[in-house]
Amino acid sequence: MKNYNIRKKKILAENVKLFEIEAPLIAKNAKPGNFVILRIDDHGERIPLTITDSDAENGTITIVVQEVGKSTKKLGMLNEGDNILDVVGPLGKETEIEKYGTVVCIGGGVGIALIYPEIKAFKNAGNYVISIIGAKTKDLLIFEDEISNMSDEFYITTDDGTKGRKGFVSDVLKEFIDSGKKIDLVMAVGPVIMMKVVADVTRPYGIKTIVSLNPIMIDGTGMCGGCRVHAENGTKFACVDGPDFDAHQVDFDNLIARNRRFLEEEKRSLEGVKNG
Amino acid sequence: MADDEKTDKSDKSGKKKIPKLANPMPQQDPKERIKNFDEVALGYDMETAIKEAERCLQCKREEGKEICIDGCPVEINIPAFIKCIKEGRIEDALSVIREKNNLPAICGRVCPQEQQCQKYCRLGKGKGRDPVSIGRLERFAADYDMKKQPTMSSTTEDLTKRPKKDKKIAIIGSGPAGLTAAGDLVKLGYDVTIFEALHDTGGVLRYGIPEFRLPKSIVDKEVDYVKRLGVKIETNVIVGKTIGMDELMDEYDAIFVGSGAGSPMFMDIPGENLNGIYSANEFLTRINLMKAYKFPEYDTPIKVGKVTAVIGGGNVAMDSSRCALRVGAEKSMIIYRRTEEEMPARKEEVEHAKEEGVELHILTNPVRYIGDERGNVRQIECIKMELGEPDASGRRSPVPIKGSEFLIDVDTVVVAIGNSPNPLIPNNTEGLKISKKGTIVVDDNGKTSIDKIYAGGDIATGAATVISAMGAGKKAARAIDNFLSS
Repeated sequence: MKNYNIRKKKILAENVKLFEIEAPLIAKNAKPGNFVILRIDDHGERIPLTITDSDAENGTITIVVQEVGKSTKKLGMLNEGDNILDVVGPLGKETEIEKYGTVVCIGGGVGIALIYPEIKAFKNAGNYVISIIGAKTKDLLIFEDEISNMSDEFYITTDDGTKGRKGFVSDVLKEFIDSGKKIDLVMAVGPVIMMKVVADVTRPYGIKTIVSLNPIMIDGTGMCGGCRVHAENGTKFACVDGPDFDAHQVDFDNLIARNRRFLEEEKRSLEGVKNG
Repeated sequence: MADDEKTDKSDKSGKKKIPKLANPMPQQDPKERIKNFDEVALGYDMETAIKEAERCLQCKREEGKEICIDGCPVEINIPAFIKCIKEGRIEDALSVIREKNNLPAICGRVCPQEQQCQKYCRLGKGKGRDPVSIGRLERFAADYDMKKQPTMSSTTEDLTKRPKKDKKIAIIGSGPAGLTAAGDLVKLGYDVTIFEALHDTGGVLRYGIPEFRLPKSIVDKEVDYVKRLGVKIETNVIVGKTIGMDELMDEYDAIFVGSGAGSPMFMDIPGENLNGIYSANEFLTRINLMKAYKFPEYDTPIKVGKVTAVIGGGNVAMDSSRCALRVGAEKSMIIYRRTEEEMPARKEEVEHAKEEGVELHILTNPVRYIGDERGNVRQIECIKMELGEPDASGRRSPVPIKGSEFLIDVDTVVVAIGNSPNPLIPNNTEGLKISKKGTIVVDDNGKTSIDKIYAGGDIATGAATVISAMGAGKKAARAIDNFLSS
C-alpha cells in the first residue's frame, strides 16, 4: 500500500495552499506541464492538479491548490502528516521546452504557481524569460521570489493596484508588443478568461502562444472524454492530448461553458461542507 | 410453474421427463427497479437450481459433436459442474468451475451465454426447447459460496503448498483479461503483480458495468479471490507514465498487457461538445466508479434532464439508458441507426431496457446537436436511415434517407458508439507492432512483436466481451508459462 503522505503544508494566500506530497514514482518522472489526479478519501472526486515542483531525491511532488469547491476545501483541511488516499501521475504531455529566444510567461491567480515549472525550464534552456504575474490584490500574489529569481524581467499587476501595476497581465503584454520588442513565445496559465484575452492580444501579431487548460476531468488517462476541448481543429482530450494547446486554436467560450457544467451540483456540495 | 406441464414427449427413456422451458430467474419488478441500483436479476434458489440442473443431458465430448464446452471461451467442464449441482454438491460444482474460471460470479452474470455455451446445448437444439440455463447455474454456484462465507469467496485448494517459480510477471490492467491471466499464472507458481491505472480494481467490471447488472461487492470478492491466490495489485500506477515499459522490461521476466479499449469514440458532428452530452464512458464512470448516483453523499455529481437520448445499440448503450432512468430521467431513449435485429447488445439487455420503459428509435442517426444560449444541448437533429447492402461486419449497412431530417427534444445525450484502444501503451512502447486500428498485434497465443510482451482482451481485439477477454488472458497465461519454462 502506497502512502501519499503530506510532508509539508504552507498557506500562500487566503484559500491558496501548498502541499508537498510523498509520491516517489511520480516525482521521478514528473516534467513541466504534467499534472496529477488525486482523491482525498473514499467518497472523494478525482481532481486534476498541476505539479508545481518535484524532488526526485526526496520522492516528493509539490502542488498548489486554490480552494474553490468541496474537494479543494477538503484538501485544504488536511495537515502535515495526513495521507491523501490516491495520487496518480504524472499525467498529460509535458510542455515543449526548447530555446525559443525571448519567452513571456504569464501567470494569473493560482496560475502563478502553476507556471513556475515552465519559467524554470525555459530559463534553464537558455531563454530570455520575461515573467508577468497578476492577481486581484496584493495578498493573493504568490511565488514572487521564486519567479523573480528565475526571470530576466519580472512584472506584477494587481486588479486594484495594491502592488505593481494596476490592471491586467495582458495590459503589460500588449505594451511589450506595441513597443516593438521581439517575442518568440508566450505561455499563459491562469483563469480561462485571462488565457482567452492573452490569446486575443497575441493573435494579430502571430506570436506563438501556449496555454495550459484546466477542464473538468475524471480518470485523466483518456478514458472518459469528460475533459474534451475544441482545440487545434477538432475535439481533443486535455488529459492526454494536452493540457498545453496552441492558444490561437482553442475555443475558450466552449471551455468556459463546459467548466460550468456542474455549477449547481458544486454549490450543493459546498453547502454540505459549510454546514457539516 | 406452468413450465412443468410442458414436458418433452419425445423423451422415451422412461425416466423423469425433461421440462421444455428453462426455469426463469426471479427479477425485480421493472417499475420498482428503475428507482434503485440494486441487482435486477435475483438468482436461483437451491430448489430451482437443482431443478434446472436436472434438465441437463450430461452430454459427453466426442469428435464431430459440439457440446456446451465447445462454446465456452475458457472451456469450463460444464456437464461436470451441473452434475454436482444436481446432486446438491455446490462446493464441488464451484471447484470444477474454478479449475478454468477465476471469476465465476461475474461470468454467470455478464457472459452472453446464448451465443456461447447455451448455443451449443444439445437440449436446446430440440424444437420448442430451451437450452439449460448454464449461466444462471454458474452464478448460483458462485453466489452460494459467497453467501456462505460473506467476507471471502472460498477456494478449496491449499495455496501454501503450491511450488513457487523464481520468475516475475507484470500484468497491466486489472480488468477481466488481466485478472484471469494473473490468477492462472499465480496458480502455476509465478510471482505476479498487476498494475492498475485507476484507484480501484476491475477495469470495465468496475467503471463500465452498472451495479444493477453486476454488483460491485461481487467484483470485490472475485478480486479478493485473485489476491488470496497470491497476486499483488498496485493501483494508481499508469504504465507508460508512472513507470516506463522499459523499467518493467528490466524487472520482469514477462509482461501481459490487458489495458482495454478505453478511448471513447465520438461521431464528430456539430455541437458534440455541448453541455449535457457525455461519452458513455464518462456517464458510466461517474455513476459506477465514482458512485455519482449517491451524490451528494459521494462527491462526484451526475446530471440528467427530463429526456435522455443514448446513441448506439450495444450493451453499453443499454446500460447507459437504464442508468439514466435510475438517476432521474423521466424519459430515456435509444437512438440506433440499424434495427433491433442488428443491435450488438444481448437480447436480454434490450428486453430489460424495454421493460423499464426505454424507447427504441431505430433506423435513426444524429446529424447535429442544437444548444441554447448557455451551451446546453436542447435538440438532436436526426436523419432516418434504411438498410442497404451488408458491410464488413456482415450486417446490412445503414443508409441515410435524403430529406428525412427531424428534431428530437432532449436535455441529455450519451454517446455510446464504441471505444478505440487505449493509446498509452501502444504509444509508449518502442518496437511494439500496432494495427491500423490502434490495437496491439498478437499471434494466436497472445504474443506481441516483442519477445517478453503478451497482450489480450480489448487492447488486442478492439472492444469485445468480458469472457473473450478472459479467454485471451487464459491463453496468454499458458503461452507465458511455455515461454518461461523453455
